[in-house]
Amino acid sequence: MMRFLLLFSRQGKLRLQKWFTVLSDRDKRKIIRDLTQMVLSRPPKACNFLPWRDLKIVYRRYASLYFCCGLEQDDNELLTLDILHRYVELLDQYFGNVCELDIIFNFEKAYFILDEFVIGGEVQETSKASVAKSIEEAESLQEVRQ
Amino acid sequence: MPAVSKGDGMRGLAVFISDIRNCKSKEAEIKRINKELANIRSKFKGDKALDGYSKKKYVCKLLFIFLLGHDIDFGHMEAVNLLSSNKYTEKQIGYLFISVLVNSNSELIRLINNAIKNDLSSRNPTFMCLALHCIANVGSREMAEAFAGEIPRILVAGDTMDSVKQSAALCLLRLYKTSPDLVLMGEWTSRVVHLLNDQHMGVVTAAISLITCLSQKNPDEFKTCVSLAVSRLSRIVSSASTDLQDYTYYFVPAPWLSCKLLRLLQCYPPPEDGAVKGRLVECLETILNKAQEPPKSKKVQHSNAKNAILFEAISLIIHYDSEPNLLVRACNQLGQFLQHRETNLRYLALESMCTLASSEFSHEAVKTHIETVINALKTERDVSVRQRAADLLYAMCDRSNAKQIVAEMLSYLETADYSIREEMVLKVAILAEKYAVDYSWYVDTILNLIRIAGDYVSEEVWYRVIQIVINRDDVQGYAAKTVFEALQAPACHENMVKVGGYILGEFGNLIAGDPRSSPLVQFNLLHSKFHLCSVPTRALLLSAYIKFINLFPETKSTIQEVLRSDSQIRNSDVELQQRAVEYLKLSSIASTDVLATVLEEMPPFPERESSILAKLKKKKGPGAVSVNELEEGKREGGELNGGGGERGGDNSTIAASNASTPSPSADLLGLRTGPQVSAAPPSAGSLLVDVFSEAGVNDDGFLRDLEPPTESSDSLLAEGPGDSDSAPPSAVSEDAAPPLPESNELLNKFVCKNNGVLFENQLLQIGIKSEYRQNLGRMYLFYGNKTSVQFVTFTTTVSCPGELQSQLNVQAKPVEPLIEGGAQVQQVINIECLGDFCEAPLLNIKFRYGGALQNLSLKLPVTINKFFQPTEMASHDFFQRWKQLSQPQQEAQKIFKASHAMDTEVIKAKLLGLGMALLENVDPNPENFVCAGVIQTKAQQVGSLLRLEPNAQAQMYRLTLRSSKDTVSKRLCELLAEQF
Repeated sequence: MMRFLLLFSRQGKLRLQKWFTVLSDRDKRKIIRDLTQMVLSRPPKACNFLPWRDLKIVYRRYASLYFCCGLEQDDNELLTLDILHRYVELLDQYFGNVCELDIIFNFEKAYFILDEFVIGGEVQETSKASVAKSIEEAESLQEVRQ
Repeated sequence: MPAVSKGDGMRGLAVFISDIRNCKSKEAEIKRINKELANIRSKFKGDKALDGYSKKKYVCKLLFIFLLGHDIDFGHMEAVNLLSSNKYTEKQIGYLFISVLVNSNSELIRLINNAIKNDLSSRNPTFMCLALHCIANVGSREMAEAFAGEIPRILVAGDTMDSVKQSAALCLLRLYKTSPDLVLMGEWTSRVVHLLNDQHMGVVTAAISLITCLSQKNPDEFKTCVSLAVSRLSRIVSSASTDLQDYTYYFVPAPWLSCKLLRLLQCYPPPEDGAVKGRLVECLETILNKAQEPPKSKKVQHSNAKNAILFEAISLIIHYDSEPNLLVRACNQLGQFLQHRETNLRYLALESMCTLASSEFSHEAVKTHIETVINALKTERDVSVRQRAADLLYAMCDRSNAKQIVAEMLSYLETADYSIREEMVLKVAILAEKYAVDYSWYVDTILNLIRIAGDYVSEEVWYRVIQIVINRDDVQGYAAKTVFEALQAPACHENMVKVGGYILGEFGNLIAGDPRSSPLVQFNLLHSKFHLCSVPTRALLLSAYIKFINLFPETKSTIQEVLRSDSQIRNSDVELQQRAVEYLKLSSIASTDVLATVLEEMPPFPERESSILAKLKKKKGPGAVSVNELEEGKREGGELNGGGGERGGDNSTIAASNASTPSPSADLLGLRTGPQVSAAPPSAGSLLVDVFSEAGVNDDGFLRDLEPPTESSDSLLAEGPGDSDSAPPSAVSEDAAPPLPESNELLNKFVCKNNGVLFENQLLQIGIKSEYRQNLGRMYLFYGNKTSVQFVTFTTTVSCPGELQSQLNVQAKPVEPLIEGGAQVQQVINIECLGDFCEAPLLNIKFRYGGALQNLSLKLPVTINKFFQPTEMASHDFFQRWKQLSQPQQEAQKIFKASHAMDTEVIKAKLLGLGMALLENVDPNPENFVCAGVIQTKAQQVGSLLRLEPNAQAQMYRLTLRSSKDTVSKRLCELLAEQF
């Protein structure tokens, strides 16, 4: 199970934080601080995985944004890279050529899309078409009622 | 500002975000935020009712501010209002706010739960999903209480939409993880398992996470999932890449589902049904074959997905550990990856090979890759990959390659990253010990370790080398010679001085024949380091000096002079000063014989788990060192210590009294001298006491100080109850929680035993070890943090309520206030029994875990029987005393039903654990048990006799106790009646 997902910029600004277990604000801040520092200081082309406390950290950089998540020991690292990639694809599909600014200005959408894809740290739906469909359905619901 | 492409742009929000981004400084940002907060607050408080859109916009702004890292203390009510909006986006924002800013405010939770309930029963799939997502995101116990019954129904109902099923499955999983007791699958089990057959791939993908988790907890109930999983996997593996349409990811059919199926199978042993097993093996072979096929795409996503399945398949093969053919193929595949240009694959291959190395079928195959792995250790640019290489070398090490691997690791250590040095040192030390065929190699290796990475050599490592040298007389001469040479280096590490001081103090005589290392040369060499060392090391050296006086009488005057010098005898450090004074006195007044007895060579250390292994385990967190490895460590450790049998009871020398140091932290020097010292039989102790009383030295202090502690010693006598100096007062703090309801039960568990797990919940485990001599006891409590988050402000208080205060003197050493995730801290508690007692001391524990204060109270398992001294007596004596104790109040009797099987051996073991002597051939009826013992309290001794008469037919016992004190009979009877 994925414990958390963080998106942060190259400057270390946090853009999205999703926690799949209950943590205090203090612990969250510490995790964010430790991981941004650790990940940002890694050389390019380094391995995308690193052990940290009792977790496996998997991260990947897309343009100016780092996607970074904490996994439990029995999770599959490579598959998690695919989860990150699929999430980027979903964002891309929704925003059309997604960039960091889209996520800053429409942070709520980024959370909604993630909810359609991952619940409680486990993948709910891997089909891009299905996720897109549920998002679209929801939005059309909105349009009709307005 | 980018154009918002779809849906419902909130202009005001975009402007606000834009403003924040344009702020030049943190101050400006805070100012802008405060302005916005004031604005929102006034809107919310205003008389005019806000429309849904405005409410949504403001709630969203608050959310944004919160995510920036500022506190938000209002708006919750407005968010809750949004939940009942019938506009989707308003509802959605409401749910998002609730998910991110959960509040344990019970009033609010009720309202939220109400809104969720409405949405769940709305039959609108979109709303149902939103509600389920919210439950999963919050995942609190209150929510589990409200919905754990409803969600399984939604999950298996025939008319539930697929998307809702998916959300329901994962939502249920989340609730199961937080409150397993509330999620009762029972009647749903088989229908949930059959979701594996669902037409919809998305439903299977979601459901399998739930099924895997449930299978781990209840494997038997879910075992039908194995054959279903195998057939599902087989269908995916054999499908063409286009068959699964949208569930094909970069030409790989359903990678997520495949991996999860393989993961689910890892909860079970290999299938028993031959056909199922055959099908599964076929799948695994196909997956291995596919790895050799040319890639269908150059995209990294393709290879990631494909290899994700491959690694998961290899994990399953390793888990089964029964198919030699597959294991070797897996190993060869990983071998290819070791040289792959993708760093990720090299990393994972190293990691996965570590587990393969422990399988007997593939251990040899893994070893063939040794050169590649050594090369990785030397050349990988990424430290996390090098670390994995080091791990693998450690895992593949055995007798055949130990010398090569240890040499490589040592040479790597010279340039290794600081972050992994300590762990490397531990590993080298363990390997050297485990695979030492000749011990001179072992000694060389450890001394090299100290030379290369002295700062990272922890106490455990140098304690261990000393333990081994002491236990193996064939290496003592070599060790003395080697440390002597090592100490000649102009700059040598303090740890080297410690080892050198200790070993020369014990075995310097073995090399004293050579004029180049004559006693005086040895002494001068050691003493030349003295002034550069820290206090603990100096203390150790002083002890080495007194040992020298015994070994080499010719050094006596030189050493006495040193001891007599102002810098020793008037040293500002009280420990050093005391040692100097006492050693000087000892050397001048004790006869040669006495000196030789007191300063006799250390006896062999008792056999036990290598302290280094324990340390590595602690460092890497539980589970990092495989059980296998630990057991092997024990075995090997035992071999090393061969001949070093337990020498408890041999208290004829002080040195020996330290031989069986009870401290599980494997304190080599016997610093934490257990209560043995105080309990030394008078015959052995009196010799010493005589010597020292003559010398006019306080014998407490002297006993405490004879062995060379490296830090201020804390033997029972020195700091025993009654002359506390550091122990906190044992007053109950006002807000201590009441003892747990089960604490009486926990107490009963420990009546007949001294060690075990006292308490365990999801966060904390408390282990206990204790020992008692006469009226004194010492208890070690081990607090283990089971989470990955640190505990802060960890405090414990021990108190004796009411009357107990005058009956028991309990002193707890302070405990570390911070426990890192996965770590364990130890606390020592000294107990003195002043008079007989009935109650148990209370232990209150408080700490913060993730901000929340945890407060729990337990009873410490100190019961009156702990202070029993067994008394052997013949039949005649027994009955005579039995008759003497015939006043009615001296007897306590209970007749009770057996609550355990009436097994004679078990009963005997329990009675022995009670602390009394079990007397054979005393009772005319051989079925009965009789025991005798004396309870030692400071005030008095209470003789007690026991008779236990089992009646196997009726499954009943009659228990009778007679003691010279009525309260003792009564209490013992109460305690014991719960045990059988």
